Amino acid sequence: MTELLNTLYVQTQGASLHLDHDSLKIVIPETPKKTLPLRRLDGIVVYGHVSLSAELLARCAEDGRSVVWMSLSGRFLGRVDGPTRGNVMLRHAQHLSHADPVLRLQIARSCVAGKLQNSRQILLRGARDATDQAQVTLRSLAQDIEDLLGRAEDAGTLDELMGLEGQAARLYFEGLSHMLRPLSDIPSFANRTRRPPTDPVNALLSYLYGLTRALVHGAAEQVGLDPYLGFLHGMRPGKPALALDLMEEFRPIHADRLGLNLLNRKQLRKEHFETLPGGAVQMTEDGRRLVLTEWQAWKNKDWPHKLLGRKVSASLLPVVQARLLARHIRGELPAYIPWTVG
Amino acid sequence: MQLLLTYDVVTTTPEGRRRLRQMAKLCEGYGHRVQKSVFEITCTDAELLTLLDSATRIIDVSDDSVRVYRLPSNCFDAVHRLGVAEPAPHHDPLIL
Repeated sequence: MTELLNTLYVQTQGASLHLDHDSLKIVIPETPKKTLPLRRLDGIVVYGHVSLSAELLARCAEDGRSVVWMSLSGRFLGRVDGPTRGNVMLRHAQHLSHADPVLRLQIARSCVAGKLQNSRQILLRGARDATDQAQVTLRSLAQDIEDLLGRAEDAGTLDELMGLEGQAARLYFEGLSHMLRPLSDIPSFANRTRRPPTDPVNALLSYLYGLTRALVHGAAEQVGLDPYLGFLHGMRPGKPALALDLMEEFRPIHADRLGLNLLNRKQLRKEHFETLPGGAVQMTEDGRRLVLTEWQAWKNKDWPHKLLGRKVSASLLPVVQARLLARHIRGELPAYIPWTVG
Repeated sequence: MQLLLTYDVVTTTPEGRRRLRQMAKLCEGYGHRVQKSVFEITCTDAELLTLLDSATRIIDVSDDSVRVYRLPSNCFDAVHRLGVAEPAPHHDPLIL
Protein backbone atom coordinates (compact mmCIF):
# COMPACT_ATOMS: atom_id res chain seq x y z
CA MET A 1 0.00 0.00 0.00
CA THR A 2 1.59 3.22 -1.12
CA GLU A 3 0.96 6.02 1.25
CA LEU A 4 0.37 9.37 -0.33
CA LEU A 5 2.40 11.99 1.39
CA ASN A 6 1.20 15.52 1.48
CA THR A 7 2.39 18.35 -0.72
CA LEU A 8 2.83 21.71 0.90
CA TYR A 9 1.68 24.69 -1.15
CA VAL A 10 2.81 28.10 -0.02
CA GLN A 11 1.28 31.05 -1.75
CA THR A 12 1.18 33.67 0.99
CA GLN A 13 3.47 36.41 -0.25
CA GLY A 14 6.36 37.19 2.05
CA ALA A 15 6.37 33.81 3.76
CA SER A 16 9.66 32.11 4.47
CA LEU A 17 10.46 28.47 5.12
CA HIS A 18 13.31 27.18 7.27
CA LEU A 19 14.74 23.87 8.30
CA ASP A 20 14.67 23.05 12.00
CA HIS A 21 16.13 19.59 12.67
CA ASP A 22 13.67 17.22 10.97
CA SER A 23 10.90 19.72 10.70
CA LEU A 24 9.93 22.60 8.51
CA LYS A 25 9.37 25.97 10.14
CA ILE A 26 7.04 28.34 8.36
CA VAL A 27 7.26 32.02 9.15
CA ILE A 28 4.51 34.23 7.87
CA PRO A 29 4.66 37.80 9.14
CA GLU A 30 2.04 38.63 11.77
CA THR A 31 0.81 35.05 12.21
CA PRO A 32 1.95 32.42 14.70
CA LYS A 33 4.84 30.22 13.59
CA LYS A 34 4.02 26.78 12.27
CA THR A 35 6.07 23.61 12.22
CA LEU A 36 5.44 20.62 10.00
CA PRO A 37 7.22 17.29 10.09
CA LEU A 38 9.36 17.19 6.96
CA ARG A 39 9.02 13.45 6.54
CA ARG A 40 5.28 13.79 6.01
CA LEU A 41 5.84 15.92 2.91
CA ASP A 42 6.76 14.62 -0.51
CA GLY A 43 7.08 18.00 -2.09
CA ILE A 44 6.95 21.74 -1.59
CA VAL A 45 5.41 24.06 -4.14
CA VAL A 46 5.85 27.78 -3.72
CA TYR A 47 4.15 30.58 -5.60
CA GLY A 48 5.70 33.96 -6.21
CA HIS A 49 7.58 35.71 -3.46
CA VAL A 50 8.30 33.01 -0.89
CA SER A 51 11.80 32.38 0.37
CA LEU A 52 13.37 29.08 1.38
CA SER A 53 16.50 28.76 3.45
CA ALA A 54 19.58 27.23 1.89
CA GLU A 55 19.64 24.51 4.54
CA LEU A 56 16.08 23.53 3.73
CA LEU A 57 16.83 23.36 0.01
CA ALA A 58 19.90 21.22 0.63
CA ARG A 59 17.93 18.88 2.86
CA CYS A 60 15.10 18.53 0.34
CA ALA A 61 17.60 17.83 -2.44
CA GLU A 62 19.27 15.21 -0.25
CA ASP A 63 16.00 13.41 0.50
CA GLY A 64 14.81 13.67 -3.10
CA ARG A 65 11.87 15.79 -2.04
CA SER A 66 11.08 18.11 -4.90
CA VAL A 67 10.82 21.85 -4.50
CA VAL A 68 8.91 23.57 -7.26
CA TRP A 69 8.75 27.28 -7.93
CA MET A 70 5.70 28.62 -9.72
CA SER A 71 4.94 32.18 -10.72
CA LEU A 72 1.99 33.79 -9.02
CA SER A 73 -0.17 33.03 -12.03
CA GLY A 74 0.74 29.34 -11.83
CA ARG A 75 3.36 29.18 -14.55
CA PHE A 76 6.09 26.66 -13.88
CA LEU A 77 9.42 28.36 -13.15
CA GLY A 78 11.79 25.76 -11.85
CA ARG A 79 12.38 22.76 -9.74
CA VAL A 80 15.09 21.31 -7.51
CA ASP A 81 15.19 17.59 -7.23
CA GLY A 82 18.58 16.44 -6.00
CA PRO A 83 20.93 14.38 -8.11
CA THR A 84 19.59 12.66 -11.21
CA ARG A 85 18.56 9.25 -10.07
CA GLY A 86 17.22 6.28 -11.87
CA ASN A 87 18.72 4.01 -14.35
CA VAL A 88 21.23 5.08 -16.97
CA MET A 89 20.25 2.04 -19.03
CA LEU A 90 16.68 3.31 -19.12
CA ARG A 91 17.74 6.78 -20.20
CA HIS A 92 19.96 5.29 -22.86
CA ALA A 93 17.06 3.19 -24.11
CA GLN A 94 14.94 6.35 -24.14
CA HIS A 95 17.47 8.10 -26.38
CA LEU A 96 17.59 5.10 -28.69
CA SER A 97 13.79 5.01 -29.00
CA HIS A 98 13.81 8.73 -29.67
CA ALA A 99 16.30 8.23 -32.48
CA ASP A 100 14.22 5.47 -34.06
CA PRO A 101 11.57 7.24 -36.19
CA VAL A 102 9.18 4.30 -36.15
CA LEU A 103 9.25 3.86 -32.38
CA ARG A 104 9.09 7.59 -31.83
CA LEU A 105 6.02 7.98 -33.99
CA GLN A 106 4.38 5.02 -32.33
CA ILE A 107 4.75 6.50 -28.84
CA ALA A 108 3.69 9.95 -30.02
CA ARG A 109 0.59 8.39 -31.56
CA SER A 110 -0.29 6.76 -28.23
CA CYS A 111 0.00 10.10 -26.42
CA VAL A 112 -2.28 11.82 -28.92
CA ALA A 113 -4.72 8.91 -28.90
CA GLY A 114 -4.94 9.12 -25.10
CA LYS A 115 -5.64 12.82 -25.23
CA LEU A 116 -8.26 12.53 -27.96
CA GLN A 117 -10.01 9.65 -26.27
CA ASN A 118 -10.17 11.47 -22.93
CA SER A 119 -11.31 14.73 -24.57
CA ARG A 120 -14.05 12.81 -26.31
CA GLN A 121 -15.17 11.26 -23.03
CA ILE A 122 -15.32 14.68 -21.38
CA LEU A 123 -17.55 15.98 -24.18
CA LEU A 124 -19.83 12.95 -24.06
CA ARG A 125 -20.04 13.23 -20.31
CA GLY A 126 -20.88 16.91 -20.66
CA ALA A 127 -23.55 16.09 -23.23
CA ARG A 128 -25.42 14.08 -20.62
CA ASP A 129 -26.03 17.18 -18.52
CA ALA A 130 -26.50 19.61 -21.39
CA THR A 131 -29.67 21.04 -22.88
CA ASP A 132 -31.05 19.69 -26.17
CA GLN A 133 -29.23 22.09 -28.47
CA ALA A 134 -25.86 21.83 -26.76
CA GLN A 135 -26.28 18.08 -26.45
CA VAL A 136 -26.50 17.68 -30.22
CA THR A 137 -23.46 19.93 -30.74
CA LEU A 138 -21.40 18.14 -28.11
CA ARG A 139 -22.24 14.70 -29.49
CA SER A 140 -21.31 15.77 -33.01
CA LEU A 141 -18.02 17.32 -31.78
CA ALA A 142 -17.24 14.08 -29.94
CA GLN A 143 -17.95 12.19 -33.16
CA ASP A 144 -15.59 14.50 -35.08
CA ILE A 145 -12.86 13.85 -32.51
CA GLU A 146 -13.48 10.14 -32.86
CA ASP A 147 -12.93 10.45 -36.62
CA LEU A 148 -9.67 12.31 -35.96
CA LEU A 149 -8.71 9.55 -33.54
CA GLY A 150 -9.06 7.05 -36.37
CA ARG A 151 -6.96 9.22 -38.65
CA ALA A 152 -4.28 9.67 -35.95
CA GLU A 153 -3.78 5.93 -35.98
CA ASP A 154 -2.70 6.10 -39.63
CA ALA A 155 -0.68 9.30 -39.32
CA GLY A 156 2.60 8.73 -41.13
CA THR A 157 4.60 11.67 -39.80
CA LEU A 158 4.88 13.65 -36.59
CA ASP A 159 3.77 16.82 -38.38
CA GLU A 160 0.61 15.16 -39.58
CA LEU A 161 -0.02 13.90 -36.05
CA MET A 162 0.49 17.37 -34.58
CA GLY A 163 -1.93 18.76 -37.17
CA LEU A 164 -4.61 16.28 -36.20
CA GLU A 165 -4.04 17.06 -32.55
CA GLY A 166 -4.46 20.76 -33.23
CA GLN A 167 -7.71 20.18 -35.09
CA ALA A 168 -9.01 18.04 -32.25
CA ALA A 169 -8.00 20.68 -29.70
CA ARG A 170 -10.00 23.33 -31.58
CA LEU A 171 -13.08 21.10 -31.64
CA TYR A 172 -12.59 20.22 -28.01
CA PHE A 173 -12.32 23.80 -26.77
CA GLU A 174 -15.41 24.65 -28.79
CA GLY A 175 -17.12 21.83 -26.90
CA LEU A 176 -15.89 23.17 -23.56
CA SER A 177 -17.61 26.50 -24.21
CA HIS A 178 -20.91 24.62 -24.54
CA MET A 179 -20.33 22.81 -21.28
CA LEU A 180 -19.86 25.94 -19.22
CA ARG A 181 -23.18 26.91 -17.74
CA PRO A 182 -24.09 30.53 -18.43
CA LEU A 183 -22.19 32.39 -15.77
CA SER A 184 -23.69 35.64 -14.68
CA ASP A 185 -20.46 37.43 -13.83
CA ILE A 186 -17.70 35.56 -15.68
CA PRO A 187 -17.49 36.19 -19.40
CA SER A 188 -18.08 32.99 -21.33
CA PHE A 189 -15.23 31.09 -22.88
CA ALA A 190 -14.67 31.64 -26.59
CA ASN A 191 -11.33 30.07 -27.41
CA ARG A 192 -8.11 29.12 -25.75
CA THR A 193 -5.70 32.00 -25.22
CA ARG A 194 -2.42 31.70 -23.38
CA ARG A 195 0.77 33.61 -22.73
CA PRO A 196 -0.98 35.48 -21.29
CA PRO A 197 -4.54 34.25 -20.80
CA THR A 198 -6.92 37.09 -21.45
CA ASP A 199 -10.08 35.94 -19.74
CA PRO A 200 -10.90 34.22 -16.44
CA VAL A 201 -11.65 30.76 -17.89
CA ASN A 202 -8.32 30.71 -19.75
CA ALA A 203 -6.50 31.97 -16.67
CA LEU A 204 -7.98 29.08 -14.68
CA LEU A 205 -7.09 26.53 -17.36
CA SER A 206 -3.51 27.81 -17.53
CA TYR A 207 -3.20 27.54 -13.77
CA LEU A 208 -4.52 23.98 -13.73
CA TYR A 209 -2.25 22.96 -16.61
CA GLY A 210 0.67 24.33 -14.59
CA LEU A 211 -0.30 22.11 -11.64
CA THR A 212 -0.76 19.06 -13.88
CA ARG A 213 2.55 19.68 -15.54
CA ALA A 214 4.43 19.81 -12.24
CA LEU A 215 2.82 16.49 -11.29
CA VAL A 216 3.71 14.76 -14.55
CA HIS A 217 7.24 16.19 -14.64
CA GLY A 218 7.81 14.80 -11.16
CA ALA A 219 6.44 11.41 -12.21
CA ALA A 220 8.87 11.17 -15.14
CA GLU A 221 11.81 12.05 -12.88
CA GLN A 222 10.68 9.59 -10.26
CA VAL A 223 10.67 6.71 -12.71
CA GLY A 224 14.07 7.68 -14.06
CA LEU A 225 13.04 8.91 -17.49
CA ASP A 226 14.62 12.04 -18.90
CA PRO A 227 11.75 14.55 -18.84
CA TYR A 228 13.38 16.67 -21.54
CA LEU A 229 13.48 14.01 -24.22
CA GLY A 230 10.00 13.69 -25.66
CA PHE A 231 8.49 11.79 -28.52
CA LEU A 232 5.61 13.95 -29.69
CA HIS A 233 7.13 17.27 -28.65
CA GLY A 234 10.48 18.00 -30.18
CA MET A 235 13.76 18.57 -28.41
CA ARG A 236 14.37 22.16 -27.40
CA PRO A 237 16.56 23.53 -24.62
CA GLY A 238 14.57 24.02 -21.44
CA LYS A 239 11.45 22.33 -22.74
CA PRO A 240 10.40 19.27 -20.74
CA ALA A 241 9.13 17.54 -23.87
CA LEU A 242 8.46 14.16 -22.27
CA ALA A 243 6.52 15.77 -19.44
CA LEU A 244 4.43 17.57 -22.06
CA ASP A 245 3.91 14.28 -23.96
CA LEU A 246 2.78 12.40 -20.89
CA MET A 247 0.64 15.29 -19.80
CA GLU A 248 -1.54 15.23 -22.93
CA GLU A 249 -3.70 12.35 -21.77
CA PHE A 250 -4.25 13.95 -18.36
CA ARG A 251 -5.23 17.45 -19.47
CA PRO A 252 -8.94 16.71 -20.01
CA ILE A 253 -9.45 14.89 -16.70
CA HIS A 254 -6.96 16.47 -14.35
CA ALA A 255 -7.37 20.05 -15.44
CA ASP A 256 -10.38 20.73 -17.69
CA ARG A 257 -12.93 18.66 -15.80
CA LEU A 258 -11.89 20.14 -12.45
CA GLY A 259 -11.97 23.65 -13.90
CA LEU A 260 -15.45 23.10 -15.31
CA ASN A 261 -16.68 21.83 -11.96
CA LEU A 262 -15.34 24.85 -10.11
CA LEU A 263 -16.97 27.27 -12.55
CA ASN A 264 -20.25 25.44 -12.98
CA ARG A 265 -20.71 25.03 -9.25
CA LYS A 266 -20.03 28.78 -9.00
CA GLN A 267 -17.26 28.14 -6.51
CA LEU A 268 -15.05 30.43 -8.53
CA ARG A 269 -16.56 33.81 -9.14
CA LYS A 270 -15.60 37.07 -10.72
CA GLU A 271 -13.91 38.36 -7.57
CA HIS A 272 -11.41 35.49 -7.79
CA PHE A 273 -9.86 36.96 -10.92
CA GLU A 274 -8.09 40.21 -11.62
CA THR A 275 -7.11 41.92 -14.82
CA LEU A 276 -3.60 43.26 -15.05
CA PRO A 277 -2.65 46.33 -17.05
CA GLY A 278 -2.14 45.05 -20.60
CA GLY A 279 -5.13 42.74 -20.53
CA ALA A 280 -3.70 39.60 -18.95
CA VAL A 281 -6.05 37.96 -16.47
CA GLN A 282 -4.83 36.12 -13.40
CA MET A 283 -6.31 34.63 -10.27
CA THR A 284 -6.26 36.41 -6.94
CA GLU A 285 -4.70 34.89 -3.84
CA ASP A 286 -8.13 33.75 -2.60
CA GLY A 287 -8.92 32.22 -5.96
CA ARG A 288 -5.68 30.28 -5.98
CA ARG A 289 -6.27 29.09 -2.44
CA LEU A 290 -9.66 27.75 -3.47
CA VAL A 291 -8.27 26.04 -6.58
CA LEU A 292 -5.41 24.45 -4.63
CA THR A 293 -7.76 23.09 -1.97
CA GLU A 294 -9.94 21.52 -4.64
CA TRP A 295 -6.87 20.29 -6.54
CA GLN A 296 -5.60 18.45 -3.48
CA ALA A 297 -8.98 16.76 -3.03
CA TRP A 298 -9.16 16.00 -6.76
CA LYS A 299 -5.72 14.36 -6.65
CA ASN A 300 -6.97 11.92 -4.02
CA LYS A 301 -9.90 10.81 -6.17
CA ASP A 302 -9.59 7.25 -7.45
CA TRP A 303 -9.90 6.45 -11.15
CA PRO A 304 -10.15 3.01 -12.70
CA HIS A 305 -7.06 1.89 -14.59
CA LYS A 306 -7.97 -0.66 -17.23
CA LEU A 307 -4.53 -2.13 -17.71
CA LEU A 308 -3.86 -2.58 -14.00
CA GLY A 309 -7.42 -3.65 -13.32
CA ARG A 310 -7.66 -1.55 -10.19
CA LYS A 311 -8.30 1.96 -9.04
CA VAL A 312 -5.48 4.45 -8.84
CA SER A 313 -5.59 7.89 -7.30
CA ALA A 314 -5.25 10.80 -9.68
CA SER A 315 -1.94 11.88 -8.18
CA LEU A 316 -0.39 8.46 -8.86
CA LEU A 317 -1.74 8.03 -12.39
CA PRO A 318 1.14 9.96 -13.98
CA VAL A 319 3.65 7.76 -12.11
CA VAL A 320 1.87 4.61 -13.27
CA GLN A 321 1.88 5.86 -16.86
CA ALA A 322 5.54 6.87 -16.69
CA ARG A 323 6.34 3.33 -15.47
CA LEU A 324 4.37 1.83 -18.35
CA LEU A 325 6.25 4.05 -20.78
CA ALA A 326 9.56 3.01 -19.22
CA ARG A 327 8.61 -0.63 -19.62
CA HIS A 328 7.75 -0.07 -23.26
CA ILE A 329 11.04 1.74 -23.87
CA ARG A 330 12.91 -1.14 -22.27
CA GLY A 331 11.08 -3.50 -24.59
CA GLU A 332 9.04 -5.24 -21.90
CA LEU A 333 5.71 -4.01 -23.26
CA PRO A 334 4.86 -4.12 -26.97
CA ALA A 335 3.34 -0.61 -26.93
CA TYR A 336 2.72 2.37 -24.72
CA ILE A 337 -0.92 2.32 -23.73
CA PRO A 338 -2.23 5.70 -22.56
CA TRP A 339 -4.57 5.96 -19.62
CA THR A 340 -8.13 6.48 -20.74
CA VAL A 341 -11.22 7.18 -18.75
CA GLY A 342 -14.55 5.43 -19.24
CA MET B 1 -0.28 3.90 11.55
CA GLN B 2 -1.42 6.55 13.97
CA LEU B 3 0.28 7.15 17.27
CA LEU B 4 -0.13 9.34 20.30
CA LEU B 5 3.19 10.13 21.94
CA THR B 6 3.53 11.81 25.32
CA TYR B 7 6.61 12.46 27.37
CA ASP B 8 7.62 13.66 30.78
CA VAL B 9 11.13 14.96 31.12
CA VAL B 10 12.48 16.20 34.44
CA THR B 11 13.43 19.85 33.93
CA THR B 12 14.92 20.73 37.32
CA THR B 13 18.46 20.51 35.94
CA PRO B 14 20.02 22.17 32.85
CA GLU B 15 20.62 18.70 31.37
CA GLY B 16 16.94 17.92 31.87
CA ARG B 17 15.87 21.09 30.05
CA ARG B 18 18.25 20.14 27.24
CA ARG B 19 16.71 16.68 26.99
CA LEU B 20 13.25 18.29 26.90
CA ARG B 21 14.23 20.49 23.96
CA GLN B 22 15.80 17.58 22.11
CA MET B 23 12.73 15.46 22.68
CA ALA B 24 10.48 18.23 21.35
CA LYS B 25 12.63 18.70 18.22
CA LEU B 26 12.63 14.97 17.60
CA CYS B 27 8.85 14.69 17.83
CA GLU B 28 8.30 17.76 15.65
CA GLY B 29 10.08 15.86 12.91
CA TYR B 30 7.51 13.08 13.09
CA GLY B 31 4.16 14.57 13.92
CA HIS B 32 2.06 17.47 15.05
CA ARG B 33 2.34 18.99 18.48
CA VAL B 34 -1.17 19.09 19.94
CA GLN B 35 -0.25 19.97 23.53
CA LYS B 36 3.00 20.94 25.22
CA SER B 37 4.30 17.39 25.46
CA VAL B 38 1.71 15.50 23.44
CA PHE B 39 2.19 14.68 19.76
CA GLU B 40 -0.11 13.13 17.19
CA ILE B 41 2.02 11.14 14.78
CA THR B 42 1.29 9.35 11.52
CA CYS B 43 4.14 7.10 10.46
CA THR B 44 5.21 3.76 9.06
CA ASP B 45 6.54 0.81 11.07
CA ALA B 46 10.09 1.64 10.04
CA GLU B 47 9.71 5.25 11.13
CA LEU B 48 8.35 4.14 14.49
CA LEU B 49 11.50 2.10 15.08
CA THR B 50 13.81 5.01 14.31
CA LEU B 51 11.67 7.31 16.45
CA LEU B 52 11.79 4.96 19.45
CA ASP B 53 15.53 4.48 19.02
CA SER B 54 16.21 8.21 18.89
CA ALA B 55 13.95 8.81 21.90
CA THR B 56 15.80 6.14 23.90
CA ARG B 57 19.07 7.89 23.19
CA ILE B 58 17.72 11.25 24.34
CA ILE B 59 15.92 10.49 27.59
CA ASP B 60 17.42 9.62 30.93
CA VAL B 61 15.80 6.26 31.65
CA SER B 62 15.96 6.75 35.43
CA ASP B 63 14.08 10.07 35.43
CA ASP B 64 12.06 10.60 32.24
CA SER B 65 9.21 8.71 30.65
CA VAL B 66 7.79 8.39 27.13
CA ARG B 67 4.50 6.73 26.31
CA VAL B 68 3.54 5.80 22.76
CA TYR B 69 -0.04 4.70 22.14
CA ARG B 70 -0.88 2.99 18.91
CA LEU B 71 -4.34 4.17 17.87
CA PRO B 72 -6.99 2.52 15.70
CA SER B 73 -6.98 3.90 12.16
CA ASN B 74 -8.65 7.25 11.51
CA CYS B 75 -8.69 7.94 15.22
CA PHE B 76 -7.51 11.52 14.79
CA ASP B 77 -10.73 12.40 13.01
CA ALA B 78 -12.79 11.37 16.03
CA VAL B 79 -11.13 13.50 18.69
CA HIS B 80 -13.30 15.52 21.03
CA ARG B 81 -11.75 18.89 21.56
CA LEU B 82 -12.50 21.58 24.09
CA GLY B 83 -11.00 24.99 24.59
CA VAL B 84 -8.21 26.19 22.35
CA ALA B 85 -7.43 22.73 20.94
CA GLU B 86 -7.29 22.78 17.15
CA PRO B 87 -7.30 19.76 14.87
CA ALA B 88 -3.85 18.86 13.52
CA PRO B 89 -3.55 18.85 9.71
CA HIS B 90 -2.62 15.19 9.17
CA HIS B 91 -4.01 14.62 5.72
CA ASP B 92 -5.63 17.94 4.96
CA PRO B 93 -4.39 19.99 2.07
CA LEU B 94 -1.50 22.11 3.29
CA ILE B 95 -2.02 25.48 1.71
CA LEU B 96 -0.59 28.56 3.29
